[in-house]
This record gives sequence, structure tokens and C-alpha cells, in this order.
Amino acid sequence: MIAEAGLAALWLAAAMALMQLALAALGLRLKQDELVAAVRPAAIVQGALAALSFGLLITLFLRSDMSVLLVAQNSHSAKPLLYKFAGAWGNHEGSMLLWVTVLALAGAAIALLERKLDRATLTATLGAQAFIALGFYAFLLVASSPFTRLDPPALDGLGLNPLLQDPGLAFHPPTLYFGYVGLSIAFSFAVGAMVTREVGPVFARAMRPWVLAAWVFLTIGITAGSYWAYYELGWGGWWFWDPVENASLMPWLAATALLHSVNVLAARDGLRAWTLMLAVVAFSMSMVGTFLVRSGILTSVHAFAVDPTRGSFILVLLAIYIGGALVLYGARVGRVKAGQGFDLLSREGGLVLNNLLLSVILGIVLIGTLYPIVAQAMGEQLSVGPPFFNKAAGPIALLLVAAMAVGPLLNWRRDDFNALLGKLTVPATLSVLVMAGTFAAAPGTGWMEIVGLGLAAGLSVASFAPLWKRKLLRVPLFTWGMVVAHFGVAVSLAGMAADSAFTSERLVAARYGQPYYVGPWRVVLNGVAPVMGDNWSAVEGRVTASRGPVDGPMILLRPQRRFYASPPTDTAEAAISTRVDGQLYAVLGAQDAQGRWQLRLWWKPFVTLIWFGGGLIALGGALSLIGRVKRERRNVKRREEAEL
Amino acid sequence: MRRWTLWVPLAVFLAVVALAAWRLTDTSETVVRSALVGKPLPEFSLPAMVEGKPGLSRADLATGKPRLLNVFASWCVPCIAEAPQLMKLKAAGAQIDAVAIKDSPAAVKAFLSRHGDPYARIGDDRDRLVQIGIGSSGVPETFVIDGQGRIAAQHIGDIREDDVPKLLRALEDAQ
Repeated sequence: MIAEAGLAALWLAAAMALMQLALAALGLRLKQDELVAAVRPAAIVQGALAALSFGLLITLFLRSDMSVLLVAQNSHSAKPLLYKFAGAWGNHEGSMLLWVTVLALAGAAIALLERKLDRATLTATLGAQAFIALGFYAFLLVASSPFTRLDPPALDGLGLNPLLQDPGLAFHPPTLYFGYVGLSIAFSFAVGAMVTREVGPVFARAMRPWVLAAWVFLTIGITAGSYWAYYELGWGGWWFWDPVENASLMPWLAATALLHSVNVLAARDGLRAWTLMLAVVAFSMSMVGTFLVRSGILTSVHAFAVDPTRGSFILVLLAIYIGGALVLYGARVGRVKAGQGFDLLSREGGLVLNNLLLSVILGIVLIGTLYPIVAQAMGEQLSVGPPFFNKAAGPIALLLVAAMAVGPLLNWRRDDFNALLGKLTVPATLSVLVMAGTFAAAPGTGWMEIVGLGLAAGLSVASFAPLWKRKLLRVPLFTWGMVVAHFGVAVSLAGMAADSAFTSERLVAARYGQPYYVGPWRVVLNGVAPVMGDNWSAVEGRVTASRGPVDGPMILLRPQRRFYASPPTDTAEAAISTRVDGQLYAVLGAQDAQGRWQLRLWWKPFVTLIWFGGGLIALGGALSLIGRVKRERRNVKRREEAEL
Repeated sequence: MRRWTLWVPLAVFLAVVALAAWRLTDTSETVVRSALVGKPLPEFSLPAMVEGKPGLSRADLATGKPRLLNVFASWCVPCIAEAPQLMKLKAAGAQIDAVAIKDSPAAVKAFLSRHGDPYARIGDDRDRLVQIGIGSSGVPETFVIDGQGRIAAQHIGDIREDDVPKLLRALEDAQ
């Protein structure tokens, strides 16, 4: 019964979305207020029905109902409760249902909470939102129903890929999905505004919290994904420019640009067409990301999610949504009035520079990711790797960091060049000192690392400059958000540059008891012993490490080589020891004929700053979000009181 | 802003979609074709696999008349599936020779008596040297060899019902 009820709720939600779209379209065209008035309730009911459907799917997983195909394929009655729960979206059908549920709930939230936007634009936005949801309902109901019954029922489930049974991974996809869906709402707002041509500060303020929320989730998702790859893959790297990583980076870059341009629109009514374009691009990039992961047209480490027919379906949806929005853009934006102008040397000018640099980076990543497909069309097989991305995007990213130090110090509309120079004295001096110091201490360091360290030092000071001579308790929360996020970029950049410049790496054929040196560390392999896990067996190295005097304190590292029985897989579990000033990273390899063990060692100074900075960036975004929502609330309240 | 520039994003997007659609429908790379199609066979000479049937050398395949060269093994299940089609080809007048891959005389003999024997000659390619030399990556595969000992065509996988007329046509074309 539960599965049937879930399916029924899904069909009803789809019907409600169709009604929502029809009501919005007809109401706006015929200018019928009664039709328009029904759009909000429709959105709320649609959200409730989708949530009911997803709730029922989770119930099926928690009860391990093996008469449902999806449960039998992806769960097991003996699985820990957390993974039964996460199993509901740890597969294609369930994750699509989660996608559309979040989408519908977000639509319901707009319908319930949005009070400032004019009625026509809000109606058009909810119509666009229903249109997007309809595509995914169709995808679910036609091509991938999660509620299909299995007759006769299975005795027990097939379980979940053991490598994916990781608490981090249980929450990695939903985090990114929240981000993607948030961008779909920014997209709906943009479509709504293009339909009614009401592009201005009110529209920007309505869209901003959704962009911020999406951006926070994307930042968390990318940071967590990067750390997962770092400790789980055992390659010692934290970013591989893999197509699927790029697929999550591209929406983030577009969202970062959007986040900044929407502020110009909200504060100064400038950059109207550009902000609309970015809203469309940001969602396009998240659809492209989903498409790349699901279709398998690019080979990558995420190949477990591949399916060509479903890829085609997503491609069709992508073509309809994005193509439609771009047609609307071409047809309508020419008639949107240009916004306010501004001086080149102003806060707006700084934000335009930010947008330009982010767009160039986005372009580089997009070209690098898609180039193998283009090359294949010309009959050549190749892949684009880190050397291209680092060389092409790296310098521009450094420019962006420099601009980030300057931008928040500028006034809106126009600023004075000499005054700006005065404000920049301290951070600029610090930057130059750090660069010179690094060069003197380690002359072989690459120029990008030197500049990176210098800029990180400068930015870490400059990011606090907006608080200078202000009463800290009266500084609005969203300003604190900006400060924390920009400081987070400095922290993360310092980690990246330090890791790239100062990492020591050694590959040794280790004999028992013999010391090997990596960075300041003295490392000894004392023995290798077998260990057993729930569904794996392993050989585990006992590695001790110490630095300073020979009898100094020791740390124990236990790198493993694991063998999973089903499916037969062989994985390296890196052992990582986190110190205040970096991480010692050890990976155990195979044994050679002389009985020596292959041991790969890294000393990575300050590498943890990368993810710590990522966390700060997300925290800054969250503070901004809370600050903005609070401020809007207060404004609405004030206006209502004024009207009374 | 000039009017036409507003349409540039759409044009770029459509180009990307077209590219992605083309890649989705293109399945060519799943098949590994021999680079030797159109080239002469390498020199080789294989001993006989079963008693009473001669072995196979390059000269046997350059007799002026096109022939089929079947790469098979007694341990290969798709080879059993294609056996009736090979018998049909033989009945239609095709000359078929074979190389047996990593096999033993007793096993091949049993295979032939159970599933039929369409072959004029069978070479014993225990070490897969000839298979690799003609650019075959698995069993079963069937090559069309023209009268001069050149590889005219390659059929990968088992021969299905509807492949029979295609192979007969390929033999005619190789004339």
C-alpha cells in the first residue's frame, strides 16, 4: 500500500504542477486575478504532495520492504539504520525524487514567504518553477519510477556498494542537490522577471537569499567532496580537475559571480541584463553537471552513476529549459531598460571586475572539460589535465584574489584613487614582505606559489578592513558574512599555496626498522599485520613517525591495503596524521620479492587550511544569508507598520 | 548593447547541446576494429588442430578465391551459438577456414562432432599469435579474405541469422 500511495502522491504532485503552470500562464495572459490567486495555493499543495511521496519512499527503505524493486536493489535488512535512510537517495530514482521534492518544497516556500515581489513576477516565477518540476516528474513517472513493485518479492536486498557506505558520502549528494535546486529558483526568478520585464532592486532582493543558500550548500558540497577524495583515494591530492569535479565547480563559479552582481542590482539597480544572464548560466551549469554525471559522455572516477538513456532524457530537459530561457533572454532583455551607470573606480566597478574574472575562469573550466568531446568530433582522442587548468585558471584566480582585497574597500558610485592607496598600504606591504621572505627562504619556489602566499597574507588583513573604525556590534551580520568569507578565501589560498610549494613526497621500498626521512619527519615501518573488517580484510602497516630529537614523541600511523569480497575490489586506505602545521600522509603499496613494502609518504605543511578556509567561506555565506533575511523581515515589518 | 549579441549565448548553448547529442548517440568506440582491414595477412603457418584436417598457413588463404577465416574456440559459448550460421554459410558455397584459440585437439574434436564442422582447414593457434597478428581481440570473430590474401572485412562477435547474407555479399564484393 505504501508504494502505491507514494506513486499516487507523485502523480498528484505532477498534476498539481501542471495546474500551477496553466493557472500562471492563463492568469497572466488573460489578466484574470482569480486564476492568479490560485497559483500560490497550488505551489503549496504541490510541495506537500512531493514531500509526502518522498517521505513514503523513506518509509519503504526504513521498513526494508523487499517487494519494492528499488529497495531490493539498493538496501539490505541488516544494513545500519543511517544507510537504510541514506539508501533512499543513494540511487538514481531516489535521488531524482529528492531533487524534485526539494524543488517543490522551495516553490512552496516562495509561495508562503515572498511578500515584496510584485504579483505578476511572482506568478511568472512560480509558473517557471512548475515547468521545471514537470520535466522531472515526467522523468520519474515515465523513465524511472522509484515505486515499481517486485513480484515475487526478494528474500533480501542486494545492499549498497561498500565503498559508498561512508557517512560523508551519504550526505554529499543531497548537499549538492540543495545547491542545484537553489540555483533553479534563481533561474525561475530570472525567467519570471524576463516575462514581466520587472528587473530591479525588488527582484534582486527576492532572489538573493536563494542564491546565497544555494551557494552555501555548493561550497559545503565541494569542500567536503574535495576532502573525501583526498583521504579516500589515497593519491595525496585534493583536486584532480576530473570532469565531475569540474561539473560541481562550474555552477559554484557562476553562483559566486551571481551572488556579487545581484548585490549591485539590489543596491544600485545596475547590471540588470548581466544578472539575468548569470542566473540562467548558473542553473545551466548545474544541469550540465547532472547531465555529465548521469550520461557518461565523459569518463571519470564517478563512472558508477552512468546511464546513456537517462542521459538523453536529461539532455532533452536541459535543451528545453536553458534553450527556452535563452530565447526569452534574446527576445526580452533588449527591451529591459538599462540600469544605473557608475564610475570605473567604485564598488560597482570592483564587482564588475570580480564578475569578469569569475566568468573567464568559468570559461576556461568549461572549455577544458568539453574540449575532449570537441576533439573526438575531429577524430582525436585526448584528455585535458591539471597542467592546462592550473596554468590557465591559476593566474586569473590570483588576480581575482587581488581584486577581492581591494573591492570591499571601495565606495559605491565613485571613489578616490589616493584614498584607496592609503587604505591599501598595510595589506600591500605585508604581501610584498611575505613574497620577498618566501623567495629568500626557498628560492626554488614557483612564482604562482610565491604570489599565492603573498596575496593570501595581504587578503587576510584586507578582508577585515571593512570593520575598521566601526562599532563591531553594530556592523550588520551580512557585512560580517562578507568579511568571514573573504578571510576564508585567504586561509584556503594559503593552504593551497603552502601545499603546492612545500610538500615533500617520498616513495620508498621500506625494510622493517629502517628509518626514512620525509620533510622534518623520521618514519619507520615496524611491521605489517593482517586485520579483518565487516566486509573486508586488509594488511595493515604499523608505521611510527617522529621529528626533532631521535627519542622525541612518536605518532603511530596505520595505512591499510583493503580487499573487499563483493564486489572484489582492492583499495588503499591512507593513514593521515593531522598536526598543527600540516598533515603526514602514508599509503601502503605492494610487497616486492625481497620482502620490502612499497610505502608512499607525504608531508603536507598547512594543507588542512584548504578545507578549513572552505568551511569559513560557507560560514560567511550562512551569516550573510541570516543577515539579509533578518534585514528584509525588519523592512517588511516597518512598511506594514507605516501602512497602518 | 547590439540586438544580435543577445542571441550569442543561445547559439553557443545550441552548439554544446548538438555536440552532446552527437556523443550520446555515437557508440562506435565500443567496438575495436582491426587496423589491418584492407591490408595483406601477415606471414604465418599453423600446425593441424585435429587429425585428418590440414593446418593453416598464409598461402592457403591466397588461392585466388575469397574465403572466410573464423576465429573460434571450443570453450567459447557464442561460438556454439554461431555454429548453425557457419553451416548455412558453408551450404551457400562459402569456403571457411579457422584458427582455434588456446585449445586442445580432443576438445575441438568434441566441439565439431556436436555442433557441426564447416571448416576446410583448422590451424592450432595455442599462443594466440595469429589472432593478435590479424588484429582480432576476442572470439568469435570472422574475417573475409580476398583471393590475394588481403583482409577485406571483419565481423566482430557471433554471426547472427541476419549476418549470413551480409557475409555472403562481402565474399562477392571481395571477388
